[in-house]
Amino acid sequence: MTSYGADLLVILPELIVVGAACLLLVLEPLTPPSRKELLAWLSLGALALCIGLTGGQISVLNLRVSAFSDLVVVDGYARFWKLLLYGVTGLTILMSLPYLKAERLQLGEYYGFILLALSGMMVMVSGADLLTIYLGTELMSLSLYVMAGLKRSSPRSLEASAKYFVLGAFSSGLLLYGISLLYGVAGGTKLGAVAAAIGSRGFDDPLLLIATILLAAGFGFKLAVVPFHMWTPDVYQGAPTSVTAFMAVASKAASFAAFLRVFVEGLGGLKADWSNLFLLLCLVTLILGNLVAIVQTNIKRMLAYSSIAHAGYALIGLVAAGRGMGESGGASGLASVMLYLALYAFMTLGAFAVIGMFRKGGLEGEDIEDFAGLAKRQPLAAFLMLVFMVSLAGIPPTAGFIGKFYVFMAAVEAGLAWLAVVALIFAAISAYYYMRVVMVMYMREPDPSAGEVPQLVASPALTVVLACAVAGVILFGLFPNPLVSLALQSVLPLK
Amino acid sequence: MEQLFFFYFAAVIAVASVLVVALRNPIYSALSLLIMFFHVAGLYVSLRAEFLAAVQVIVYAGAILVLYLFVVMLLNLKQDDRYHRQWPVAGVVGLTLAVEAVMLTLLKGRAIPPAPANTNETVEGLGNTEALGDALYSTYLFPFEVASLILLVAMIGAIILAKKDIGGSEA
Repeated sequence: MTSYGADLLVILPELIVVGAACLLLVLEPLTPPSRKELLAWLSLGALALCIGLTGGQISVLNLRVSAFSDLVVVDGYARFWKLLLYGVTGLTILMSLPYLKAERLQLGEYYGFILLALSGMMVMVSGADLLTIYLGTELMSLSLYVMAGLKRSSPRSLEASAKYFVLGAFSSGLLLYGISLLYGVAGGTKLGAVAAAIGSRGFDDPLLLIATILLAAGFGFKLAVVPFHMWTPDVYQGAPTSVTAFMAVASKAASFAAFLRVFVEGLGGLKADWSNLFLLLCLVTLILGNLVAIVQTNIKRMLAYSSIAHAGYALIGLVAAGRGMGESGGASGLASVMLYLALYAFMTLGAFAVIGMFRKGGLEGEDIEDFAGLAKRQPLAAFLMLVFMVSLAGIPPTAGFIGKFYVFMAAVEAGLAWLAVVALIFAAISAYYYMRVVMVMYMREPDPSAGEVPQLVASPALTVVLACAVAGVILFGLFPNPLVSLALQSVLPLK
Repeated sequence: MEQLFFFYFAAVIAVASVLVVALRNPIYSALSLLIMFFHVAGLYVSLRAEFLAAVQVIVYAGAILVLYLFVVMLLNLKQDDRYHRQWPVAGVVGLTLAVEAVMLTLLKGRAIPPAPANTNETVEGLGNTEALGDALYSTYLFPFEVASLILLVAMIGAIILAKKDIGGSEA
């Protein structure tokens, strides 16, 4: 009888998250509706414990520990993403407190599902085997499908959930098909075994190419890159805003983490092939995401297209890593992707926090026009939105600029200066639709016939979220070095 | 001989799967799904995975399909051809991709893949069920537990989305 004590210690953070989620689900029927907030504090406590556990290992950041016959691995890369995911989840829970109250969605299960989704993401980030990564993806997605449909009084929310579920199941099918072909070629599903098989048997096998394409398509859906983006606007618009924020930030980050690990650790030998494929995806994503965002009038839809475009910018880093000459080129490309997603988290969470609590007589003010004249009514709220929009557009001195700067630098280093120029042009185009929100807030008067004017409903929890987001955007915009060096240290080795 | 069976099962699986989505009467779709499940079980038998084949028949063809049929009959679904407008496009794209994949494979040819970790000998020594259980509860313990978590999420999610009183209305 083998004992799994040491293995269980390795996945202790996962166990805590899952345990807390189960505890929440059990406690939910026992707590009276007026005290559901206690459940949120409980989940925040579990997250704090995890931050302590993973953060405590930061001095031994690159110590690689594997468990469960090498199916799970905890290395610097996994620790970096896990810390990011804890932070994002914590802020999402805080943001949900006032949001759920305003929407009268006092569901304790909501927090349980956030934690279950988080555990799925942690499995994805730590998976060293295609099977583990796939199961983590499913755990995350299934929780998100449910969360997208939690606002059951709104047909939009249910439509979002159904659409997300059907298309998500389809993309899982593609992913599994790719994995099974890869298993046939490599004789194993461990990323190490795949890499070894590619190394010893060459890259010529057509099945290998087909598998790579299928994997790219499966992950492309989760990352919402064009042409696998069709679900994004509808789902982001229909889902409750706090869930949208969680999907746009946490699920994207976790999917990128698993995606990079599969393609770098497993399929690193094929980098010449996949970097061409991703170059194409990245160009279409930049073009379509940015151009379609211009014509949107609903701010959640606009941010959905903007999140598609941001996935495009992050892909540049991966293309650069694939093309990178020598050891350093690859590392800086991958580190730039990690940095980009970490910085993107702050500004997107902040923007969605403002939108979620921006209310017009009990309803969400989702139209960009609703923001008209906000600067006169609530100058602070308008200023915060201004900071987030400026950062999303990538204008210094905000975090958005730093993220784009390192991605473009990686592209130039890899000899893809033209790609950096194209991306820069589209960043300039994106400034148009971000600045339109700012313009509406500062220069437009609200329509006097519209009746009740929308207001940002303040609350202590929201203040904390907004303060964290603004602090992240400004501080990392001015002093990015700690985060940059952390990303560079924890990057995966690309052979 | 083995190849013959493989191609028979594979062809029927492919055709039946297309029929599942192509047929307009939901009952017929469910029945072609049944045919598909049985042939997948046949494929497992030809791969000498008898335990999987039995599970496939009991769980999928037995339990899940009956559940499908119940839902279809309870909901009394009408024939619905809203989703059949995209057939030509889907056909063209699907055929092109299939031809491309086959051409790629045939033209380039491929080496014999390496043998998987568990060879027939280990399976025969232990017996099918035991070998599977051994792998599931030792090497693949972690994915197995994650899969059970997924089922938990699916179950609770279905309950939450289907239960009657929502949020504040009960308070």
